[in-house]
Amino acid sequence: MENKSVVIIGGGPAGIEAANSLANQGLKVTLIEKSDEAGGNIRNWVKLFPDFSNAEDVRANFRNILKNENIEFISNTEISSLYRDGNHWIAKNGSDKTFKADAALLTTGFEVFDAKRKEELGYGIYDNVITSVDFEQMYKSGKITTAEGKVPERIAFLNCVGSRDEKVGNHYCSRVCCINAVKQAIEFKELVPNAKAFCFYMDMRMAGQFYEELYRKSQEKYGVTYIRGRISEAAATMDNRIQIKAEDTLSALPMKMTVDLLVLMVGIESSSSTTELSRQNDVLGLYGFSKSKGLYGNDNLTNQHGLFLAGTCKRPLTLPETFADARSAAIEIVKYLKTI
Amino acid sequence: MTNKKHFWNEYQKDIADDNYYYERSCIRQSFFPGSETTFLRILRDELGKTIIDDQNQHTCTGIGYHSDVVQFDTTMTVCARLFSLMSDKGLKNFVPSCVTSFGVFAEVFETWNHFPEELEKTRNYLRKATGREFKVPENIAHPSDIIYKNRKELKAKMKYQLVNRHTGKPLRVVEHIGCHYGKIFSKHAVGGAEFPQVLAGMIEEWGGEVIDYPERRHCCGFGFRQYLVMANRGYSVANTQKKFESMSPYKPDFVLTNCPGCTMFMDRWQYTIAEMEGKTYDENGMGIPVLTYEELAGLLLGYNPWDLGFQVHQVQVEPLLDKIGIEYDPSDKFVGKSGKFLGEPEKPENLIVDYGK
Amino acid sequence: MKNWGFKISQPRILDFDTADLESYSRLVEKVPSAHRCLMCGACTATCSANVHTEFNFRNTHLMFRRGQFDGLADELDKCMLCGKCKLVCPRGVNTRAIIYNMRIVLSDMNYKSIEL
Ligand SMILES: Cc1cc2nc3c(=O)[nH]c(=O)nc-3n(C[C@H](O)[C@H](O)[C@H](O)COP(=O)(O)OP(=O)(O)OC[C@H]3O[C@@H](n4cnc5c(N)ncnc54)[C@H](O)[C@@H]3O)c2cc1C
Ligand code: SF4
Ligand code: SF4
Ligand code: SF4
Repeated sequence: MENKSVVIIGGGPAGIEAANSLANQGLKVTLIEKSDEAGGNIRNWVKLFPDFSNAEDVRANFRNILKNENIEFISNTEISSLYRDGNHWIAKNGSDKTFKADAALLTTGFEVFDAKRKEELGYGIYDNVITSVDFEQMYKSGKITTAEGKVPERIAFLNCVGSRDEKVGNHYCSRVCCINAVKQAIEFKELVPNAKAFCFYMDMRMAGQFYEELYRKSQEKYGVTYIRGRISEAAATMDNRIQIKAEDTLSALPMKMTVDLLVLMVGIESSSSTTELSRQNDVLGLYGFSKSKGLYGNDNLTNQHGLFLAGTCKRPLTLPETFADARSAAIEIVKYLKTI
Repeated sequence: MTNKKHFWNEYQKDIADDNYYYERSCIRQSFFPGSETTFLRILRDELGKTIIDDQNQHTCTGIGYHSDVVQFDTTMTVCARLFSLMSDKGLKNFVPSCVTSFGVFAEVFETWNHFPEELEKTRNYLRKATGREFKVPENIAHPSDIIYKNRKELKAKMKYQLVNRHTGKPLRVVEHIGCHYGKIFSKHAVGGAEFPQVLAGMIEEWGGEVIDYPERRHCCGFGFRQYLVMANRGYSVANTQKKFESMSPYKPDFVLTNCPGCTMFMDRWQYTIAEMEGKTYDENGMGIPVLTYEELAGLLLGYNPWDLGFQVHQVQVEPLLDKIGIEYDPSDKFVGKSGKFLGEPEKPENLIVDYGK
Repeated sequence: MKNWGFKISQPRILDFDTADLESYSRLVEKVPSAHRCLMCGACTATCSANVHTEFNFRNTHLMFRRGQFDGLADELDKCMLCGKCKLVCPRGVNTRAIIYNMRIVLSDMNYKSIEL
């Protein structure tokens, strides 16, 4: 076991957590990340749902993990091909770098939905239509303002942008955006207590621990108004505010309003590498995500010997779920390495 | 506003370059009589294209179809007859003048693409009814697509620009493509349905500025059934009103339209609203002029406004002509082709009709 | 006047730019739990009055929330204040207090003076 090695592709939460578990058991891990630092998508988040803990604390922990001498962290390296060669797995970055190991773990994660694809919502056209990711950026600076620098009096959040939408080919639910909308609405109300916050939803999916409680608190303590109805159109007004239209489905009446800022809760899509590397190894599942062997007990395995999966390359997951999945992948990898 | 990111460029379509079969609209020749002749004149005289204006042509059934009095089977067969007339002329590029026809043909095409048995059925019907055969057109383009495609070439020949000659600023224009141009099959629309480019592209190329107002995508108010049944007309005019309420703060210089219905209703309902509620949407009580894209192209090319058919517009265009600096002879306005004075139409009570000068 | 044979239709849209959303804040000051209502309808399902009249507490509350007050005072007269609704609410909303206070706020707004 001691001389065995693992190559992990993707230095996000799943990759780092799996590297941590494997390195602690004495295995040599090569963790490859395409961008200049580790952390994946959570590099963009400030506070985490549902408990508002600091994403920075998680990132600090990541930096500690990477100090482990059994982990070789390689940044700025994008793996474009992954294949099996006899008893080894080979990962290549174009043609200049080759990594060889006894097992490979795919943790290439997700990309957020490109909101421009929902043209009717005007993202990329109207300055005051932003995404939940932009919201995090702004929140990092401590201020939520319109493009004109004004403090919003009214803000609307729209759920399911790029998820549960046949029109963009994504039938699935991204699982993180409902609770993220609740979180961001609260963050906004804490910054601007007198403003009004509206959240437009198709279903409020509060299926994690403490999610429902946070939702309830957002209504009771922060007065966030939830409207069941999907915004069908956003357009700028003369003063560059955003006019939105929806049906208030509970009253069966059409409704419209003007808001200072419209926040699109963009969903999770498989990353392009997730799709490409899965395709190369015949483990491509639905919507470009990777396909595990099965959901019950073999969810980190694939149909390829020695190729494992963890995290959001498989499907939308929250951070705690990603961590748990990465650790379970480490267990499966150790089990496998003992057999070869 | 200037639209910063032009990702609607993704919605491009194939527009045939020459040799067109023109299918006229049922209603445009009486509503806006100069538009179709102007289109033919521009294509032939300015662009040197071949376009056949066939005297045997007929309706596409659009109005009947959208009012639920003509069945789709009949519609497909009637359209097929038009295609067979085109086949007779050895042409392959079909150009329907009306946006609703364009929508109908797009629907017929898509149906035949997805359900080839419907095409066979239509061939049978046409054969039984008329003994005719037809070829499915290779290309279908709306005339506005063709003008859009040639907008740069036309600009080079234009005498005027969409610039206010008093202020030197671009004229502010509301564009309205019509529901049936882009909403049924947005892939057949230049720029798609949300940020359509077909008219916007002409406006920008010819020096104007497009107004992106909140109700830009809302229906003009025609709505077929809504208008055709008198008791429902309240819906029709309410939709038009909604658009004008939304655009008027932007002070548009005029509205540019694509479809016979839209042109008609955005022009004439301004009169109705003025007479019913005393309300107009410009500063002078004259209304906001509504132009077809052919009229606009003709104007800028320097054609005589009275050859373009502005006499029959409800909202008078003279203030717009003055802004652009277009020369015209007011005393010619109501002189017929024969040179005889035709008389002036009755003036409304509220909407101000002033022939200028 | 000309007889047109039709009138311009009035929009039936809920316009949040002009709707009075502040009166609901007044209600919530008095009954904070009102904010928690997520419109599940359990109250209406069990309501004694709902079985015999078209009275719908959930919808009445919703229309009040949306600032649409026309006709609500009459609706509220149909409630017997029996409190059955309060027993079933999963969000612990003080439904009875909402009804009572909606009547007060409405009568303050002169929607209808109700003797309480
Ligand atoms: C808007 C939003 C907000 C969220 N907020 C929260 C929250 O508050 N709390 C919470 O619990 N969860 C949250 N999540 C979910 C959380 O972000 C994910 O669970 C987590 O990021 C998944 O980690 P991952 O490692 O699977 O994927 P990722 O984070 O996507 O990491 C994948 C990594 O792989 C790298 N990579 C990809 N391809 C290659 C390649 N070819 N070669 C090398 N490297 C590659 C990427 O650069 C990236 O670093 C949120 C999600 C979204 C969309
Ligand atoms: S989590 Fe909520 S917002 Fe996200 S896709 Fe699912 S239902 Fe929509
Ligand atoms: S039972 Fe409670 S939460 Fe449900 S609609 Fe009635 S008041 Fe609202
Ligand atoms: S208190 Fe009123 S609303 Fe509630 S159950 Fe009784 S009658 Fe119905």
